[in-house]
Amino acid sequence: MNIQINHMTSAMSRIAIGCALALLAACGESGGTTNTASAPGITTSEIKIGSTQPLTGPAAPGYSEIAPAANAYFQYVNAHGGIFGRKITYEYLDDGYNPTTTSSVTRKLVLQDKVFAVFNALGTPTHLAVVDYLNSEKVPDLFVASGCNCWNDPSTHPYTFGWQPDYTIEGKILGQYIQQNLAGKKVGYFYQNDEFGLDGVKGLDQQISSVASRQNYVPTNTNVAPQIAALQASGAQVVVSFSIPAFTALALLTAAKLHYNPVWVVSNVGSDVPTLTGLLTKFSSGAAGGQLLTGMVTDAYLPLVTDASNPWITLFKKIHDQYIQSLPWDGNVLYGMGAAYAFVQAIKAAGRNPTRAGIVHTLETTKLTGGPGLAPYGYGSNNHLGYLGVQVATIGADGNATTVGPVYTSSDSGSINQYSGTPATPPSNGIPS
Amino acid sequence: MLTPTLSRHLGLAVVAFILLLLLSSQIGAYDDYTLAAVAIFVIATAGLNLLTGVNGQLSLGHGALMAVGAYSTSLLLRGHDLPLILVLLLSLAGASLVGAVFGVAAARLRGPYLAGATLALAVGLPQIATRYSHVFGGEEGLTVPPPAAPSWLGADFPPERWMAWIAIAVALVTLVLLGNLLQSSVGRSFKAVRDHEAAAALAGINVARTQVVAFVVSSACAGLAGSLFAYWSGLTAPAGFGVALSLQLISAIVIGGLGSLSGAVWGSIVLVFVPNFTSGMASSLNLPSSVGNNLPLLIYGAVLVVAMLVVPYGIDGGLRRLLALARARWAGAATNHKGVVDWDDPAGS
Repeated sequence: MNIQINHMTSAMSRIAIGCALALLAACGESGGTTNTASAPGITTSEIKIGSTQPLTGPAAPGYSEIAPAANAYFQYVNAHGGIFGRKITYEYLDDGYNPTTTSSVTRKLVLQDKVFAVFNALGTPTHLAVVDYLNSEKVPDLFVASGCNCWNDPSTHPYTFGWQPDYTIEGKILGQYIQQNLAGKKVGYFYQNDEFGLDGVKGLDQQISSVASRQNYVPTNTNVAPQIAALQASGAQVVVSFSIPAFTALALLTAAKLHYNPVWVVSNVGSDVPTLTGLLTKFSSGAAGGQLLTGMVTDAYLPLVTDASNPWITLFKKIHDQYIQSLPWDGNVLYGMGAAYAFVQAIKAAGRNPTRAGIVHTLETTKLTGGPGLAPYGYGSNNHLGYLGVQVATIGADGNATTVGPVYTSSDSGSINQYSGTPATPPSNGIPS
Repeated sequence: MLTPTLSRHLGLAVVAFILLLLLSSQIGAYDDYTLAAVAIFVIATAGLNLLTGVNGQLSLGHGALMAVGAYSTSLLLRGHDLPLILVLLLSLAGASLVGAVFGVAAARLRGPYLAGATLALAVGLPQIATRYSHVFGGEEGLTVPPPAAPSWLGADFPPERWMAWIAIAVALVTLVLLGNLLQSSVGRSFKAVRDHEAAAALAGINVARTQVVAFVVSSACAGLAGSLFAYWSGLTAPAGFGVALSLQLISAIVIGGLGSLSGAVWGSIVLVFVPNFTSGMASSLNLPSSVGNNLPLLIYGAVLVVAMLVVPYGIDGGLRRLLALARARWAGAATNHKGVVDWDDPAGS
């Protein structure tokens, strides 16, 4: 009897040991302690990601700094041990802000370079050209550098995630500011004639009841004089502009030429002060400059670049000075590093040996918190939105922005709410744990 | 029934088709994608070379004619699932029609005036897409579903390879047809008009009609290429058919060799592979971004300049000259004649 029990126990312990070993092996595949080539673009020592960026062409001024800035953050992470010992290789290709080129270079990234994910690919019209393709190939399409709400469509595009606040939310919050602070003034719109501008207008229209004039532009035509003259003729005292930096600058210069001085309300992507100052000086051959930006209203979802007391700014400025000194320290650089920080958070949360489906699952189920953003992320299984809100800011005569009022959050159709969460501080080594 | 020219061209095309299919099966999906691009540009540049190289009419607006083909395809496929061959033929017909109308005007213009008019086509036509954005999709353009590979090729068959096969087949058919046309009396009248209009007219050639025919044939090729381009890129947007595309097509036939179909092939290879090779340099080489970002354009420009200096008659002209040079040397050696060979006229004709 006793012997039998002994036999049984040893049999059971053998089963138990077997189970434990099986568990360990299972752990080795998904968590564990050894690196495996768990997905395309992931080897034992490398994580390869790609992107398409406007390094040349109409959107290049300003935006061409974003990818080198993200890359600087990745180099910083690589120099401090990488992600589970793997180094990030970031391959960004120029598409000249031309959707047809985006289509072919994205295939190069996926088919030839075999990247794990496409990260922070820039532009609304450009990225719309490839979003179906990336999803049909099941390539994670993380943190698209555009605030189009078209990225938030988990049922048709389960692999695509936005990052910055969508333009409709931004339009609503800017519209609310105009309602509250510039009440009674005639309002006109100037916007890019694609999903970028139209989404912004959708948000504005929810807040602003009467619009004196609606003018749009296409990025391939740099003559905006007819539109600005029409805004002037309509008597608009406030002009809301959903434009890329080059066209914000063109609009401001054209208005100055026509002696037209409305209050400019410019959405985040077209309002970076150093970028605009450079463009204004260049386009006017030195006749105008940053003084045209005084009094401009805009919004922010990251700390202000000029706020030297903010620990995130200290961290990112340090990395800027170390890796990409030749680029100006401006909102584009901050943007690139912020997005790169979010990627490092996500890939770390996906575990030691991430898969393409795994990182999507992680983003839908694990709340990303503790980043540089002013508002929280919206990621969930039914929501692929990034930052949910912004804070309004105004540009002073010294070119520095000052935030006005609280951070507001919203959704495309919901109400606007005040957000009262406390901002996070970066980890001491600057790398998300 | 088969003339010696046609059977020779057909034989060459069949051999090329088999070789390219074998090549396509050995390379990766992205290389197939690139191969398809070369084949598509061969169609467009072969048509342009017929117009500019053979008939002497300069067109700076062929990108716009490609856009006509591409938009025809995208609009035909919007909400309908039409067979590829029908879509290709309808797109070809659409571009031919536009080409015919424009060709009538072009036949009255010469030199810089013709260049200006065709340039206007390249600048103006894509703007229609932004003006009537509810039809043409504006700056974002219209998406095109990729052509589905037949099921007997297997589920794992890369769609890029199927696209390459289609493009190669269409390109070879186009080259055979154009090759035959050039050997015919029509082709001879094209050249006669290019070389001396008055002499051609005295010989009984209707100069204006010949020029319109050349414009229509060339537009048909551009439309066909545009249609395949829409399938290939999955998107038809105005930015893809800007003035730059028209100028690239012209530079391709100049680099490849004016007036010959093989010149169009060489030019297309350069047009596709040089930017392909240079893209990605910005992130892979550790250059300052202001240099690295513009490096691909710089290299492309440098290739153009060097090609013009080294082989002023294009790659095709250069190769022909080398061949003739070798022949002349060999003939000289055989007769023990140490003659000096003239680079510009190696055959000594």
